Amino acid sequence: MNFNAYLQQNIVYLDGGTGTLLQERGLRPGEHPERWNIKHPDAIIEIHKAYYDAGSNVVCTNTFGANALKFPPDELEAIVKAALSNAKAARARSTAPQEKFIALDIGPSGKLLKPLGDLAFEAAVDVFKTTVALGVKYGAELIYIETMSDSYETKAALLAAKECSDLPVMASCAYGEDGKLMTGASPAAMVALSEGMGVAALGVNCSLGPKQLRPVVRELLRYASVPVIFKPNAGLPEAVNGKTVFDVSAEAYSDVAAELIAEGVRLVGGCCGTTPDYIRAVCAKTRRFAPLPVEPKNITMVSSYTHAVAFGNQPILIGERINPTGKKRFKQALLENDTDYILSEGVAQQEKGVDVLDVNVGLPQIDEPTVLKNAVSSLQAVIDLPLQIDTSDIAAMETALRIYNGKPMINSVNGKAKSMNAVFPLVKKYGGVAVALTLDENGIPETAQGRVEIAKKILTAAAQYGVDKKDIVFDPLALTVSADAAAAQVTLEAVRRIREELGAHTLLGISNVSFGLPARNPVNSTFFALALENGLSAAIMNPYAADMMMTYYAFRVLKGLDENCEAYIAAAKGFAETVNAPKNAADDPAAEDGSALRRAIVKGLKEKAAALTKERLSAAAPLEVVNNEIIPALNSVGVGFENKTVFLPQLLMSAEAAKSAFEIVKSALTGKGARADKGVFVIATVQGDIHDIGKNIVKLLLQNYGFRVVDLGKDVPPETIVQAVRELHAPLAGLSALMTTTVPAMEETIRQLRRGAPWCKIVVGGAVLTQEYADAIGADKYAKDAMETVRYAEQITGK
Amino acid sequence: MVLIKTYDAPPMDEHEVFRYAGCKGDEASVRELLDGCKAETADVLTYKVCYLPLDVRVTDDFCDLGVFGVRSKHLARNLDGCAKAVVFAATVGVGIDRLIAKYSVLSPTKALLLDAIGTERIEALCNAFCDDAEKEYNLSARPRYSPGYGDLGLPFQKEIFSVLNCRKHIGLSLSDSLMMSPSKSVTAIVGLCETECGKPLRKCEACGNTECTFRSAL
Repeated sequence: MNFNAYLQQNIVYLDGGTGTLLQERGLRPGEHPERWNIKHPDAIIEIHKAYYDAGSNVVCTNTFGANALKFPPDELEAIVKAALSNAKAARARSTAPQEKFIALDIGPSGKLLKPLGDLAFEAAVDVFKTTVALGVKYGAELIYIETMSDSYETKAALLAAKECSDLPVMASCAYGEDGKLMTGASPAAMVALSEGMGVAALGVNCSLGPKQLRPVVRELLRYASVPVIFKPNAGLPEAVNGKTVFDVSAEAYSDVAAELIAEGVRLVGGCCGTTPDYIRAVCAKTRRFAPLPVEPKNITMVSSYTHAVAFGNQPILIGERINPTGKKRFKQALLENDTDYILSEGVAQQEKGVDVLDVNVGLPQIDEPTVLKNAVSSLQAVIDLPLQIDTSDIAAMETALRIYNGKPMINSVNGKAKSMNAVFPLVKKYGGVAVALTLDENGIPETAQGRVEIAKKILTAAAQYGVDKKDIVFDPLALTVSADAAAAQVTLEAVRRIREELGAHTLLGISNVSFGLPARNPVNSTFFALALENGLSAAIMNPYAADMMMTYYAFRVLKGLDENCEAYIAAAKGFAETVNAPKNAADDPAAEDGSALRRAIVKGLKEKAAALTKERLSAAAPLEVVNNEIIPALNSVGVGFENKTVFLPQLLMSAEAAKSAFEIVKSALTGKGARADKGVFVIATVQGDIHDIGKNIVKLLLQNYGFRVVDLGKDVPPETIVQAVRELHAPLAGLSALMTTTVPAMEETIRQLRRGAPWCKIVVGGAVLTQEYADAIGADKYAKDAMETVRYAEQITGK
Repeated sequence: MVLIKTYDAPPMDEHEVFRYAGCKGDEASVRELLDGCKAETADVLTYKVCYLPLDVRVTDDFCDLGVFGVRSKHLARNLDGCAKAVVFAATVGVGIDRLIAKYSVLSPTKALLLDAIGTERIEALCNAFCDDAEKEYNLSARPRYSPGYGDLGLPFQKEIFSVLNCRKHIGLSLSDSLMMSPSKSVTAIVGLCETECGKPLRKCEACGNTECTFRSAL
């Protein structure tokens, strides 16, 4: 019988711990257990056989750490081959009557993925692919990805399994005491991601004992539409009289297992500290249990690397501001590769309370696949909201879906055959919730009936690609009411009918409706309220539009979705503050003499500095404000720092305040030519180094002193730095390194810069560097802190 | 067999946070920002340690620790007189790294303060663990000794990671350039001796770098 068919009908018993049993047989700390497949095959066969004899249906090969990062290719192949052969020998020798399967076991790579660690996502996929391909070659019957503590690495392994085999794939993760993965994912988020990738089963293993993992399992049972795996440790290891023991007995263990099988768990085994006795006890207790059927949950869910957002209970707000359409400053940021600007747009929307961020970087002049991919990974490095990948470029869509950490929204597909043929295979492969526009080759139907028909057609086509209804959210399209008086009515009817007749969720881009009208906000927010009342599940909207936000909070109050009206009251407070904000930002009398701005910068008051700059600009020329107020303030703080009367945090607070003032000046100068640059300064943390806090401090100060800083980020290869310096003909480059192990990369970068860009002066800094070190590796300048870098840059550029 | 411990948040020494952030003392102007940062970190910090007790035999500059041997004059001096030691890895988790990355973009001041908080937190966790180890084994602990101190090179990290299986036990991994992720993590060997074999040196006293910016007042 094949595994999937068996799983549909039965409770599946997995095996238990291997490590503990190997230690009893002499495995030493630090020794690779995978080598025992070759060195001590009898021990491995004995352990596998003991599990089959105890009642396990599935034995996992002894290949937890068998990957290309730990073993050279030949040895890796020999290990996987031997591991499968050992499992097969055990199966042949066991006379136990139950169905028996062999799973290729895949544990974490041992590395943490970027941006937190140094393993690139595609490199991780390749590592897992090698092992999967070997497993397939030597006869694995299913793949079991286990003990994953990072959602991103889980995705890499799932993708590898999918691209290198047709075997059933199961994935289970190690959850901590907080009920989350080490990198933050909740059980629901893992259900969204894993099911999106098409797992046969998902669940928990390792990390904790059965009781501690019970709440996590219950959470998985609530959301999962596939069978759930329960494979915990025998409690926690304790040292008792110099020996290590686990604190949960086979009896107590099997009690919890039985309880959870009765609640719906379908695969059960054990991890660290469990032995064949544990499996035997579980089998004995549950042999007569009828397996509970696995019900599809039909929950439309998207996720980030921390949490899932489910459609249906509350209206979902999707922030629309990461989009260059009609935004000059945003276009400029995209063209200049100014990631920080995009990130601050994202964070600001998150602070306004959106649930999902739409990400659109479509501009004719750019390489959209690369820019979208970079935007998605940069956003996911700092923002934990699910993203909506918004592009009509299919190549860009695939690149972004591939590297996305979680289950994203995809904007969009429509009823045209060409669109569905392109988008649905991607949804099937990478997982996601697709936004489906109710239009097709004949355009947008004028009637609600027509739009519902297209929705039906889309659902039928999706099903043919294996994409479920729950993974589609319809956009019945809000058209301009000033052009067609019936437009809003038709859209609202379509929203209601798609929800009621098709049982699918809907969303709308709200603000289209008021296009061409004066005072658009009341029209938008009223339309929003009407749409919500007609069953709208989500809105793509501008979270800075206070009317829209208040409508959202008011709707939740009126629908009984906001207990004690708490969210509404909090939002109303913020709303009142925006409306009643004092017109005069200089609320102290000293402001009159024009030194208030200087003081605000010196004191590091960001918002106040921005407000005061705005005010000063009404009376004075931009350059006057810069030269007479901002620069002198910066200078006094800089000198204070050099004289050790001002400390680093204060220097930075002032720098941030000055930066916010400069931003105001910049927007006042838009179109009139910005403040002249003193020169281009290319800055980077060298290859292998992932700490960049110091580099970011230097960058901020250089910007304030009028340099154009091109920040290449962290872990940057020498070639990239040379290329940037050459392209910009930059007179200055700054390199930072934290540890002795990355100084060689700094030295190599300098060597390549001397060859490729001999004109460029090189400043180095970082915790490990000293003047001697800097001299030895051939730098022009060692700067002990950010101010020293600024002074040196000014000296070189003569400004 | 590697053992694992999870701790509640140890008490915070704010003076240390200010010191790591580059302030001489409690700076009023920084106070408000620091309180905000502390509130933001409270929910994301986790305090985890995995460790392995070892038997120690020191001969000249060679330390035989059972699971590994290491040639280091400075470590040998540190462990001299100890029959036991504990090798451990500790981390406060990835949450603070994410916050630091976020504020590196939005507010470098907050990033700096968060970084300082992270450093103080991991040191506090190590102190709590070492105090525990003293009690658990009823021995007196020497100052903990990490790869990168004195003549004990950073490559020794690989041995520690291999023996402790840090990734599996506490989610800690080592990059090719021997950096740890999460960044606010420590690996160390702490010697345990029978008597107060000479008052153990505390913190920076053991280190030869007297010019270090972060050298604490002795």
